[in-house]
Amino acid sequence: MEGLIFDLKRYAVHDGPGIRLNVFFKGCPLHCLWCHNPEGVAFEPELMLMPNRCARCGDCVRACRYQALSQNGNGQVKADRSRCTLCGDCLQACQREAIEIAGRKMTVEEIATEAEKERVFFEQSGGGVTLTGGEPLAQPAFAEALIDSLKLHGFHVALDTSGYAPAEVFRNLAKKADLVLFDLKIMDETRHKKYTGVSNRIILENFQSLEKLGKPVWVRFPLIPGVNDDENNLEAMASFLCQLRSVEQVNVLPYHKGGLEKIRRLGREGEFAVFEPPSQEKVQSVIDFFARRGFKVKRGG
Amino acid sequence: MNDRIKKLREQSLRARPSISSERARIVTDSYRSPEVQRASVPVQRALVFKALMEKKAIFIDDGELIVGERGPAHKATPTYPEVCCHSLEDLETLDSRPKTSYTVDEETLRLYHEEIIPFWRGRSMRERIFADMRPEWKEAYEAGIFTEFMEQRAPGHTVLGDKIYRKGLLDIINDIKESVDHLDFFNDPEALDKQEELRAMAICAEALITYARRHAELARKMAEGEKDPVRKKELEKIAAVCEWVPAHAPRDFWEALQYYWFVHVGVTTEFNTWDSFNPGRLDQHLYPFYQKGLEDGSLDREKAAELLQALWVKFNNQPAPPKVGVTAEESGTYTDFALINVGGLRPDGRDGANELSYLILDVIEEMRLLQPSSMVQVSAKNPDSLLLRALKIVRTGFGQPSIFNTDAIVQELVRQGKSVEDARKGGSSGCVEAGAFGAEAYILTGYFNIPKVFEITLNNGVDPRTGKKIGLETGDPRNFQTFDELMQAFEKQMRYFIEVKIRGNNVIEKLYAEYLPAPFLSLFIDDCVLKGKDYHDGGARYNTRYIQGVGLGSITDILASVRYNVYDRKVVSMDELLKALSQNFQGYERLRDRFLNKTPKYGNDDDYADELTRLVFEMYFRLIDGRPTVCGGTYRVNLLPTTVHVYFGRVTGATPDGRLAGEPLSEGISPVQGMDRKGPTAVIKSAGKIDHIRTGGTLLNQKFTPQLLADDEGLVKLKDLIRAYFKLMGHHIQFNVVTADTLRDAQKHPEKYRDLIVRVAGYSDYFIDCARELQDEIIRRTEHQGF
Repeated sequence: MEGLIFDLKRYAVHDGPGIRLNVFFKGCPLHCLWCHNPEGVAFEPELMLMPNRCARCGDCVRACRYQALSQNGNGQVKADRSRCTLCGDCLQACQREAIEIAGRKMTVEEIATEAEKERVFFEQSGGGVTLTGGEPLAQPAFAEALIDSLKLHGFHVALDTSGYAPAEVFRNLAKKADLVLFDLKIMDETRHKKYTGVSNRIILENFQSLEKLGKPVWVRFPLIPGVNDDENNLEAMASFLCQLRSVEQVNVLPYHKGGLEKIRRLGREGEFAVFEPPSQEKVQSVIDFFARRGFKVKRGG
Repeated sequence: MNDRIKKLREQSLRARPSISSERARIVTDSYRSPEVQRASVPVQRALVFKALMEKKAIFIDDGELIVGERGPAHKATPTYPEVCCHSLEDLETLDSRPKTSYTVDEETLRLYHEEIIPFWRGRSMRERIFADMRPEWKEAYEAGIFTEFMEQRAPGHTVLGDKIYRKGLLDIINDIKESVDHLDFFNDPEALDKQEELRAMAICAEALITYARRHAELARKMAEGEKDPVRKKELEKIAAVCEWVPAHAPRDFWEALQYYWFVHVGVTTEFNTWDSFNPGRLDQHLYPFYQKGLEDGSLDREKAAELLQALWVKFNNQPAPPKVGVTAEESGTYTDFALINVGGLRPDGRDGANELSYLILDVIEEMRLLQPSSMVQVSAKNPDSLLLRALKIVRTGFGQPSIFNTDAIVQELVRQGKSVEDARKGGSSGCVEAGAFGAEAYILTGYFNIPKVFEITLNNGVDPRTGKKIGLETGDPRNFQTFDELMQAFEKQMRYFIEVKIRGNNVIEKLYAEYLPAPFLSLFIDDCVLKGKDYHDGGARYNTRYIQGVGLGSITDILASVRYNVYDRKVVSMDELLKALSQNFQGYERLRDRFLNKTPKYGNDDDYADELTRLVFEMYFRLIDGRPTVCGGTYRVNLLPTTVHVYFGRVTGATPDGRLAGEPLSEGISPVQGMDRKGPTAVIKSAGKIDHIRTGGTLLNQKFTPQLLADDEGLVKLKDLIRAYFKLMGHHIQFNVVTADTLRDAQKHPEKYRDLIVRVAGYSDYFIDCARELQDEIIRRTEHQGF
């Protein structure tokens, strides 16, 4: 069985307990305007151009059979993605890894092999594998097969999800994982729709169902100034979470601009928004807010 | 840190290293005396040592608790003309060079001109060595194939065990008498030599007692004139301490530290030993005195810390002896590699971490001095809390302590033939060298430039930098049909140069044994007294010599590139590759990009590359390990660079891994700078694929940005990373915790960063004191970002 994966990251130390391997699923039903992994949004592989690595030699342009690449006056490479077939010839031609295709088919076995390489670190640190993305639940059959396989290998598995998936899918995969990292963004449905493109009703219902499964949850709250850092949202979130005993901790993830460069590489400027990162004081006040309500809170993942 | 220590520390930081001609003068005068001239060589050395101990200027500074100094002032550094007689040009260079300079005054220049140089020119060990080396050795040395440790510094490379805490020098003198009594003058042809050696040792032992009593007298005199009643009492105590040790075994914490320090001054005055000298397992040795002091009320935590801090200042007052030429290149630092070991195991195998281990770590953190350097030994039996405590210091960006795997060290030493108890009493010293403390001479003989030998293989025995044929004709690589053929040629070339090195080593080993024995050092390393044999002549219980391999990461990437691009993928012919290298990749930029970016690299847990690391390691091991040395020792390998990878890189042309001519090689067993792109776990997996247990030490450098370690959870994950590396039986790992921006700023504004200490190789150094290239390289070393 194959899934579409855009990255495997070793020594991941911010996405669950211990030292972890992050498996990034490509494709997400949400379209959050602050997305810091924009290459994980589309469900197809995408061409990424890295001008900082480019020698402007034109090898890629010459290698392309579909005239999808061109150079402007000062040699900078531009892509006409409508012509690109993702054949990969340009990647072969480029000697500086200035072109990449985000997203490749990987089998369960390939990923399990990568995870095996990290076994000594997992075992030492109480770590494991985190399925993240993108949205792992958007490739449910593959995610299920992967979790089954990883569990057979004896690895701890964390599922990092937006919770936006059919209830059966969500429950089935959450049940199999050892830990759910649940990204909770905005409590108000209208605003949720405005900033992420989807309603949060199904997300909240799925969240509540974790209670019955008795699955431990780490809530991950991306703090986006002007979007979800207001009193109302914080209050609503706290009172929603208060009812759930399975919440072990709340992770406050301050917005950062790390995604912007990737958006440019994807040629998807205009599809996302730019925010100002929250101030240290603001982050601390949000941490204090949740702490006062009895949550174990951490800055970062 | 109290005001006293603060003052002493400041004073030490402010003192500028200078050259003192005092030792050279006393030694030269002494060699001129008829008494010395007619004595046997060991006794000559002992009489010279005696003269030094009797005539050296001594002083006790205001507020000092531990007394005695190698030079006549803080950081006044002696010279050792019998080993290396500096020329006037050398002295001028030392005075004026931009890095690690030493002030040289007019009086020193005059004395050198009129007395020292006329007497020693042509007679120093350095000149003897160069005169005795064969042409092929000289060619290889000049080409930068290897360096020679003993050409201007004496062997050294040992660490004190627990002997001085059990025995005073009077006890050791009794041991000497007993050894003399047991000499078999009828059947042992060496008996007379042994008698002379033992006589020399006894003279040295008495000389150190004299030196201590001079301090006792001075302290007493100062006490008499002291107005401040508190200081007066201290001076009286100092007098009492110096009266008792080193003649007798120490009775308390203070005496134990002072005894050690006298021995340290003695060893570093006798010779300019490599890796100065060092008390080794300080927490183990001092713990009984610490406990006893707490019990009888004569000591508390604060006083113990203060005394340790006073010792730390003493170490910092002694910069490395001045080095010139290639030796300055391979080890360009003021650090003299005294590496305090904390933690580890007790001789019976139990967890050795104690309260004092933590106290010493507090001292390390608070003192933040370049010297002594420090390390933590971590066994599976040691608690995580010890490692975490150490990492909290690492996090401050100070480059210390480095982290060692006790369980690997013990296995390494046992494999070499040490008893398990001796192995557990051991540790690591210098950069990362494993040794049985108190019982082993483990002498580094020089660095070996593995990538350079490959370069010469590619050029059929010719060094392309000079056009000279200095190696074997192993065949034109254009005619090799397979990668294996190339590897066979490489191995032949390696064997040739290693044998050139070893043949030279044998001569040098013999020269020291015959002409420059070390009877004072021999008092303290078992079983020199028992055997009546000098430390330089196989007197130690265990005798080991190392050739330190350099550039494991570079050679891996070089071989991976040749195998991948020439033989497997056939993207470039050998002919074209050789052309590209000879052009330093000019006109071959795309090819170089391919080598840099699209070729397997060591440090990424990629078996294609890592298999070649293993291949080279096994070759290096096979060619060296187990060979006998001339004075009864055995050759072993280790993998560490100090700063030589910069020099070795400078003499090596462009290499098939995409490295340009003159750029530094990789250091230790770390990946080529910036080529590890899969994070620290992949580096550790790659480094874990060689068999550290068959080495006497490997060095792995990792750089972390402070952000990654900001919270305790980050620290715990780092701890687990280290524990995992040690499960894979890695020997050592060390961390630079700084941002590249900080370092760049330090280059621009060195004045603002006088205190910035970074981990260079097996030691830390002031960043601003590092050569520019080395600074650049430290900046380039991959930063592992949190995300």
